[in-house]
Amino acid sequence: MDYKGIIAKYKDVPGGIIEAFHAVQKQFNYLPEEAIVEAAKIFNVPVAEAYGVATFYSYLSVEPRGKNVIRICESAPCHIAGADEVVAALERELGIMMGETTDDGKFTLEYTECVGQCQATPVITVNGKPYAGVSPAQIAAILAEYR
Amino acid sequence: MVNITINGMNVSVPEGSTILQAAQQVGIHIPTLCYHPDQSIKANCRVCVCEVEGNRLLQAACSAPVFEGMVVRTNTPKVLEARKTIVEMILANHPQDCLNCIRNGACELQTLAEELIIRDNPFELMIRGYDKDTSTPSLFRDPDKCVLCRRCIEACSVIQSVNALGIEGRGNNAMVVPSLGKDLIDSPCVMCGQCIHACPVGAIGEIENIDQFLAAVADPETIVVTQIAPAVRLAIAEEIGMATGELPMDVFVNGLRQIGFDYVLHTNFTADLTILEEGNELLKRVKEGGTLPMFTSCSPGWINFCETFYPDLLDNLSTCKSPQQMFGALVKTYWAEKMNISPAKIFSVSIMPCVAKKFEADRPEMRDSGYKDVDIVLTTREIGRLFRQSGIDFNKLPPSNFDSWMGAYTGAAVIFGASGGVMEAALRTVYEVVTGNTLEDVNFTTIRGFDGIKEATVDLNGLEVNVAIAHSLSNARKLMDQVRAGESPYHFIEIMACPGGCIGGGGQPITKRNQKRIERIDAIYLEDEGLSIRKSHENPEVKVLYDEFLHEPLGHKSHELLHTHYHDKKKKYL
Repeated sequence: MDYKGIIAKYKDVPGGIIEAFHAVQKQFNYLPEEAIVEAAKIFNVPVAEAYGVATFYSYLSVEPRGKNVIRICESAPCHIAGADEVVAALERELGIMMGETTDDGKFTLEYTECVGQCQATPVITVNGKPYAGVSPAQIAAILAEYR
Repeated sequence: MVNITINGMNVSVPEGSTILQAAQQVGIHIPTLCYHPDQSIKANCRVCVCEVEGNRLLQAACSAPVFEGMVVRTNTPKVLEARKTIVEMILANHPQDCLNCIRNGACELQTLAEELIIRDNPFELMIRGYDKDTSTPSLFRDPDKCVLCRRCIEACSVIQSVNALGIEGRGNNAMVVPSLGKDLIDSPCVMCGQCIHACPVGAIGEIENIDQFLAAVADPETIVVTQIAPAVRLAIAEEIGMATGELPMDVFVNGLRQIGFDYVLHTNFTADLTILEEGNELLKRVKEGGTLPMFTSCSPGWINFCETFYPDLLDNLSTCKSPQQMFGALVKTYWAEKMNISPAKIFSVSIMPCVAKKFEADRPEMRDSGYKDVDIVLTTREIGRLFRQSGIDFNKLPPSNFDSWMGAYTGAAVIFGASGGVMEAALRTVYEVVTGNTLEDVNFTTIRGFDGIKEATVDLNGLEVNVAIAHSLSNARKLMDQVRAGESPYHFIEIMACPGGCIGGGGQPITKRNQKRIERIDAIYLEDEGLSIRKSHENPEVKVLYDEFLHEPLGHKSHELLHTHYHDKKKKYL
């Protein structure tokens, strides 16, 4: 893979390794080991440190993920509004548990902290797009948009 | 100077001091955990919190700078309660197996729990459930015990520039892990063990070989032979309640007989031998245009470092095995023959200030005797445990001498234990070999001491030799980068992986402070001065070895048994 080409563009940006990781993840949906090693070389930091950056941010993942990443808010307002039931519906629809990826590589389920849409809870995001006031009954329709 | 009040006492300290430093000046003890006297301030554990008048929140004494008129209270009920809660929360994540922990009795968290009178922890015990990493023969990691102080990371990155360790994850899920979350063996770890000294608890420690030793002692057919590295004697005293250097060598020897060694020999013998082989190798390289500068090869942490980070410079490394491995190869050949003992019956144990030596002894190339040259390595700490287990009172133990043929040594060998010692020992011999004159003053004091990099030029009858010495791998890296760039002015470079040399080795009694390492260095030169023979080539038993067995330095037998070669480790995650 040409991780080098993607990463090198950010070489002179302050804190560019984070930007570079986002760019890699945009293309591959996660940060493969080779990309982290390559970034360490390009930004002249130890691999242990680059790995530290890659695992610090919840938006970056070092595990392979599906094409569509669904995140469910696990903060208090969503929790009270029944996020657990939404989680159960998603797990049932997709046949995977939280933190897992479907066999066809299409969907990954993850938790997230508050996404700032507390006016209508519970909230999920698909590839960053928020869906507010979600009920278990709506899940099938939301998933259909991405199937 | 800044004037402040701590617990009603006035104290004047330099500007920029912390509350902790000011408190130390007036003899007030503030408990700490992540704080390390020779490292940067981390302030992540919050154990050292204090009340500062005018501040609503408690302040961390290790990091809060003093200001004029500051009023600090270090032991109010509020402070004591906060500290107690903090430690209780740390303990709620910490396995409660102190009784069988390697750091039982030498653990900073255990001490804190005692100091803060922790009894019934209100927090539920939640062990994080990480796997123990025993992938290296030198060190283990037990992440469940980690208190996330990050001192090991600083030892590995700043002091050693190895960067094998980092943080994975964040907050509650953060953990110290080797590169990419792999096992230690797959990381750039050079097994120097400086992280063990940095760790306040039992999250990193040496792989013990005590059971194998006891099994060998228990077997009547096995002849258990030991060698002791030069840095061990002065530090072992610290393990048995004596001051550094206080245990006389001959009493130490008897102590080793008491715990079951059949023959007590000395690595100093092969340290002297190393000087003859390595000194002649240097002269050969200088005369015949070999690869220069030549690097010393005694420190296995350094060898691992060179093989990991500077594989292009492996030809610069002296081909001499370390004194431990020279000893191992000879004890099952030369010594066995001389003693009329079958080498198959010999169990060769080396006592080292080092954990990387355990890895070195396991190297596949270290079997030139036809057997595993060194069967096991015990660290100074492990010997301390065995001594305590045996209940020996060293104040009442009579002295005993080393056994013959590989037990004699000179002051030159003794100083191998301190940074600069190998170089000084080499110069004492090389000078006399090259000039044919007697070296009147054997003390090369300019290359002694705790400076990170030391250098000198020695005039050998018109032949000027430039030498450099580095200890700690971050200093080694500076010299190596110079060599790689083709800008090194030196002929001979001594590198020791650990701060201060072997006296600060990863297998030595746990010590946080460099001050302790400096005390050990002083003790080592004192030992050298007290010996009548201080030049390696005057070691009478080494002379016998050459007369009867090796015949000449760098000769056929030497090459077979005493020299080795190195490999690019081809590590992927640097």
